[in-house]
Amino acid sequence: MNPERRQLLGWGAAAAAALAPGFRLIELAQARSPQEAASVLQRWGLLIDITKCVDCDVCVTACHEENGVTGQGRPATDAQWIRKVNLRDKRTGYAQTLPLMCQHCEHPPCVDVCPTGASFKRDDGIVLVDKHTCIGCRYCVLACPYGARSFVHEAVSGQKADVPRGKGTVESCTLCVHRVDRAETPACVEACNRDGGKAMAFGDLNDASAEIHRRLRSEPSSQVRADLALNTGVRYQGL
Amino acid sequence: MASIQYREIDGRSGGFYVLLGALGVLVLAGLAAAWTMEHQGHHITGMSNRIVWGTPHVFAVFLIVAASGALNVASIASVFGRELYKPLARLSGLLAVTLLAGGLAVLVLDLGRPDRLIVAMTHYNFKSIFAWNIFLYTGFFAVVALYLWTMFERRMNGYTQRAGVLAFLWRLILTTGTGSIFGFLVAREPYDSALLAPLFIVMSFSFGLAIFVLVLMAACRWSGRPLGDALLARLGNLLGVFVAAVLYFVAVHHLTNLYLARQLELERFLLLDGGVYTVLFWIGQILVGSIVPLVLVYAVRGRAALAAAAACVIAGGLAQVYVIIIGGQAYPQQIFPGKDVSSTFFDGVIASYSPSLPEIALGVGGVGLALALTVLGLRVLPFLPRSLADGEAAAA
Ligand code: SF4
Repeated sequence: MNPERRQLLGWGAAAAAALAPGFRLIELAQARSPQEAASVLQRWGLLIDITKCVDCDVCVTACHEENGVTGQGRPATDAQWIRKVNLRDKRTGYAQTLPLMCQHCEHPPCVDVCPTGASFKRDDGIVLVDKHTCIGCRYCVLACPYGARSFVHEAVSGQKADVPRGKGTVESCTLCVHRVDRAETPACVEACNRDGGKAMAFGDLNDASAEIHRRLRSEPSSQVRADLALNTGVRYQGL
Repeated sequence: MASIQYREIDGRSGGFYVLLGALGVLVLAGLAAAWTMEHQGHHITGMSNRIVWGTPHVFAVFLIVAASGALNVASIASVFGRELYKPLARLSGLLAVTLLAGGLAVLVLDLGRPDRLIVAMTHYNFKSIFAWNIFLYTGFFAVVALYLWTMFERRMNGYTQRAGVLAFLWRLILTTGTGSIFGFLVAREPYDSALLAPLFIVMSFSFGLAIFVLVLMAACRWSGRPLGDALLARLGNLLGVFVAAVLYFVAVHHLTNLYLARQLELERFLLLDGGVYTVLFWIGQILVGSIVPLVLVYAVRGRAALAAAAACVIAGGLAQVYVIIIGGQAYPQQIFPGKDVSSTFFDGVIASYSPSLPEIALGVGGVGLALALTVLGLRVLPFLPRSLADGEAAAA
C-alpha cells in the first residue's frame, strides 16, 4: 500500500475514532479471521514498564520456546529474538534491566535498506522478514538501531510449524504474529504476566478502548532512540 | 594520434600459463571457501551477529571502489583531453570491468543465500541504496563496454569523448552509491556522516590508480613492451595527489567527529585505544598507505619507488576499508546513551572478530578473478599499445 493511501486510512481511522468511537470499538474488538488481510486500522505494540521488570528472563525463554529458536551454545552466532539488557547510569550508577527486541518501528530502517523487499512491515505495524525472498545480505542487521536482528549462521532443527526459519536468512521478533492472528498475546507478554514481573502489556495502539492505549495516553512513556524518529511500536516506562 | 598501435599479448610463453594457473588456483580456492560457507553456514567464519560483514566485504568493497577509480586514467584522456594518457585508456576500461566483476563475485558468494541471486534480480525495493547499487553496477558494465567499443572501433572513435563523459559521471554516482551503503546507516555512529560518499570517491581515485600502475608495469615488463619514464612519473605524481586527497578527507572526517562531544568516545576508540583497529589506522592506513607512498613518489622517485608506492597504497587501502567496515561494526551501537550496557548479545562491548580462512580465501579469490579476467582480456583483445616509450606516447 502506498504511503498516501496509508496516511489517508490513518486519518480515516482517526476520524472514525473521534466521531464514532462506539462504532469503531465493535469493529476492532473482533479477531481477524486467517483469510482476512492485516489492517492499517490496527497498530500492534508493547508497553513495557521496566520499574516492574525484575532480574529474570522468562520472556526470553518463552519467546525462544514459542518460536523454536534454539542455540548451538555459540553466543556470538546463535539467534536471539529478545534479550535482557542491563543498564547502569554512567554518572549516578542507577541500575535497570529491560527486555529488548524488534521495536516494530513505523519507519523501520531495516525495511528501507532491504534490497529485495524481504524485510517488510505489515499493515498492522508488525515488521517481518519474508523467508522466501531474503537473500541473506545482512544489510538490515547493520541498519537496525536496536541490534534486534540475527542472521541464521547454521542449519536449524526443531522448527515450529508456525515459524519458518532457515540457514542463511535473517530473522527477528515477529511479535508472535501467528498468535496475534489468532487473537492471542505474544509469548513473552504471556510469560511475563504469568511468571515474571508483570511488566509487559500488549495491544492495539490505535484502539481507544485498549488498556495499552489508555495507559500511553495518561502515563509517561518513552521510545528507545526516540531521536531517530522511527515511531516505535514498543514503548517503555521508567526508562 | 591514430598512430598508436595496440596488440594482444602473446600468451604463448610458459610464464603466461604459470600466471594464469596461479590466478586460477586463487579463484578455485575462493569458490571452495564459498561452497564451504554455504554448506556449513556462516558460523565457520569469524563473522557473528555483531560483525555481520567481514573480510569478504573488505575485499569486495575495496575492489568495487578500486574498479571505478581504475577508469580514471581513461577519463583523464577522453574527458579532460590529456593526450598523454590516451594510449592507456583501453587498459583502464578493462581494469574497471574486471575489478568490478571480482568485487561483485565476492559480494554475491558471501550472501546467506547466493542461490537466490535471481530473487535479487527480480525483486526490487527502490528505497534501498543496495537495490540501486545493483543497477549502478550492471549499468557500469554496459557503459564501460560501450566506452571501450568506441575506442576499439575506428568508426566509433568520434563518440569516445561522449561515452567517456557518460562513463565518468556513472562512476562518480556509482562510488557515491557504494559510500552511501555505509553513509545511510544513521543508527551507527561510525558511519553517520555525509562525508563518506566523497571520501569513497577520493579513495577510489587512489586505490584504482595504484592497481592500474602495478598492472601496467607488470603487463609491459612481462610482454616486453617499452614503458617510458616520463609517463610513469606523471602517473606517480597523480597517485601522490590522490593519496594526499584521501588523507585530507580522512583528517576532516576525524576532526569533525572530534568536535562533536557525542562522537568523542568513537574517536577515542578509533584513534587511541581500539587495539587492532587503532594499529591498522595509524600503521596501515596513515603510515604505510599514505606517508610512505608520498615519500616514495615525491622524494625517492623512480620506477621501483613508484611500484612500491602503489603496493603500499593498496595495503593501506585494505587497512582503511577494514577499519571502516569491521571497526565500524565492532564499536558498540549507542542504544542507550549515557548508560553502561551489558547483555547476552554483547551489547556495550567491542565485538571481537578475527578473519577466518574461508573469508580470506573468498576475498583473495575475488582479487584472483579480477586479475585472471584482466590477463585473459589482454590476451584476446588489443588493450595494450605495442610501445609506451616516452617519445611515442608524447607524439601520440
Ligand atoms: S538480510 Fe534479508 S531481510 Fe535483511 S536486508 Fe538482506 S535480503 Fe533483506
